[in-house]
Amino acid sequence: MRRDRLTFAIMVMMPVLQLLLFGYAINNDPRHLATVVELREDGPLTRAFLAGLRLSSYFDIIAVVRYEGEGDQWIRSGSATFLIVVPEGFETRLVRGERPQILIAADASDPVAAGGALGAANEIARRSFAPLLVGPLLPLATKAPPYDIVIHRRFNPAAETSFNIVPGLLGVILTMTMVMITSIALTREFERGTMETLLATPLRPAEVMIGKTTPYILVGAMQTVLVLVAGALLFQIPFSGSFDALLMGVGIFIFANLMLGYLISTVARTQMQAMQMTFFVFLPSILLSGFMFPFRAMPWWAQMIGEALPLTHFLRIVRETILKGASFSGIADDLVPLLAILVALTSLAMMRFRRTLD
Amino acid sequence: MNGESVIDVRGLTKRFGGRVVVDDFALRVPRGAIYGFLGPNGSGKTTTIRMVCGLLRPDEGEGTCLGLDVRQESALIKERVGYMTQRFSLYEDMSIRENLDFVARLYALPDRRRRVEAALGDLGLSGRAEQLAGTLSGGWKQRLALAACMIHEPELLLLDEPTAGVDPKARRDFWDQIRAYAAHGVTTLVSTHYMDEAVQCDQIAFIAYGRKLIDAPTREIPGIVGLHAWRVTAPDLDAVQARLRGHPGVELTARFGADLHACGLDREALDAAVAVIRDMPGVEVTRIEAGLEEIFIHLMAQSTDALQ
Ligand SMILES: Nc1ncnc2c1ncn2[C@@H]1O[C@H](COP(=O)(O)OP(=O)(O)OP(=O)(O)O)[C@@H](O)[C@H]1O
Ligand SMILES: [Mg+2]
Repeated sequence: MRRDRLTFAIMVMMPVLQLLLFGYAINNDPRHLATVVELREDGPLTRAFLAGLRLSSYFDIIAVVRYEGEGDQWIRSGSATFLIVVPEGFETRLVRGERPQILIAADASDPVAAGGALGAANEIARRSFAPLLVGPLLPLATKAPPYDIVIHRRFNPAAETSFNIVPGLLGVILTMTMVMITSIALTREFERGTMETLLATPLRPAEVMIGKTTPYILVGAMQTVLVLVAGALLFQIPFSGSFDALLMGVGIFIFANLMLGYLISTVARTQMQAMQMTFFVFLPSILLSGFMFPFRAMPWWAQMIGEALPLTHFLRIVRETILKGASFSGIADDLVPLLAILVALTSLAMMRFRRTLD
Repeated sequence: MNGESVIDVRGLTKRFGGRVVVDDFALRVPRGAIYGFLGPNGSGKTTTIRMVCGLLRPDEGEGTCLGLDVRQESALIKERVGYMTQRFSLYEDMSIRENLDFVARLYALPDRRRRVEAALGDLGLSGRAEQLAGTLSGGWKQRLALAACMIHEPELLLLDEPTAGVDPKARRDFWDQIRAYAAHGVTTLVSTHYMDEAVQCDQIAFIAYGRKLIDAPTREIPGIVGLHAWRVTAPDLDAVQARLRGHPGVELTARFGADLHACGLDREALDAAVAVIRDMPGVEVTRIEAGLEEIFIHLMAQSTDALQ
């Protein structure tokens, strides 16, 4: 133990990391979820409702739009979790007692994330309208609410958790195996001394790197096919988006993970250490990427860390292509960061490459 | 040998965590020479060889290997050098043939198949080509590793204890092969702990604690060190050795088979010491020339004294 400082450090760091993540970053009742309000009418009642939403801790209104259909793109792209639509004629119909609808469309590709807020919506509406239902409107206040809140779970109407978990699992499996296999396989080369043979030949660093990682690209491809087929056959997950876009995402993601594994192998001295460091990457990936717990529910610093993890972007790409029917343009805002992570990891790996045995 | 140096390094120094492992090391190896590299365990032989072929970056020092700069041009050096590691470092989970083929591919050799088959034939392993390298016996692993490092027909062989654990017959074959290569102009730098191998080298560099103590043609080494020796035979060698040990003038007593060798630098003092035991029952003494083994044991003992 005294000899293996890295193992010791990791054994101390692991609990600290877990405490921090579970204690501070993770929240199963997400609040402050990005919301777009499509307010097609402007009046005292709608303004009161808007104010009520603003006051609540569940909804963070990032935009208010005026026209029909304007709000849809926000939710499709994943920049908003909720779209609240107040239709035209809402106030007059409410006054007439026609029970107009307020539509709340939730991005239910992660059903857990939206749950708490949807529950709170009714209460928010009641409180915001109550003070205004006075005078001639008093009769409306006594009966059942004079409006109807309709909840529309988009992309996953039955709130099936498997729709969210199974595509996400693809990312988790790829992270786990790609990072671990490469880091361990490469550390083994150093441990067994075969790296000395490789380094004594005129091979260039890039060639060693490519030669050592390409076999695992195939492994990753096999896993992808396996998960997608199983998802379709066993869980009836609909595939609605662009397959090419998904493949592109998978490709970049696999490369990013290989580079991460490669980087670990340049730091780890033994296979054991490589394994431990893989878990050190794996744990935050699972917890902070939005796989296990809603991403938007995390504090800003945890989201920042999450944004730097390849899995976070990959999860969004998978959900958007599989569940939301996105094409290339739809996932561009995650493809670009993923690509940036890949470039950063590759440059780091190239820099860290050991040309010698020093 | 035409005076041209295949290895020519000066001032090589390597530190590991502040500890100097190789200290101001210089070496010139002429083309076609068989250069022996000797020294006690941990003296820095492996480290030096690694610096010469670009596997370790020297902290100080400079020089050339095959006319190429050891600091800047290690990639080019590696193409023309065959390096055999001290520890078996081929893939244990690949077969003999796969290992040879893989190495041949790393050097991007033309007509790979022919070379691999030839190497298998030379090794006498054609019949077992599909056996996993990890299941070979220690000596066979060494022979496979040697074949692998020669497959690209290098001009310089750097062999780090190539015959450790190899049986006497195979060792002889191996050395015959090295000499045949040398006749064709291949240069060899070989580290070894076997004196019967050391005497076959044209020249020997002896290193201890990272410092080079001797670097001379093998034949001249006894003269340079000037060690005198007696061979003693007796029915009770232990008693004789106990008497000799610690006697002024006797710097070294060591068993060689059934005999005891007593050595010292000061000829008169040594003779006086031998005179004391001469009259013990059954003792016979003969003056001999000190061999390499006595000389190196003596050098090792001296270098420890100097450093303590
Ligand atoms: N990577 C390393 N890190 C730290 N110390 C090292 C490293 N490699 C070698 N050493 C140290 O350098 C010294 C010289 O080692 P080296 O392997 O060169 O000796 P050697 O002469 O080849 O010994 P042997 O005859 O046992 O093979 C040893 O004390 C060893 O502990
Ligand atoms: Mg050694």
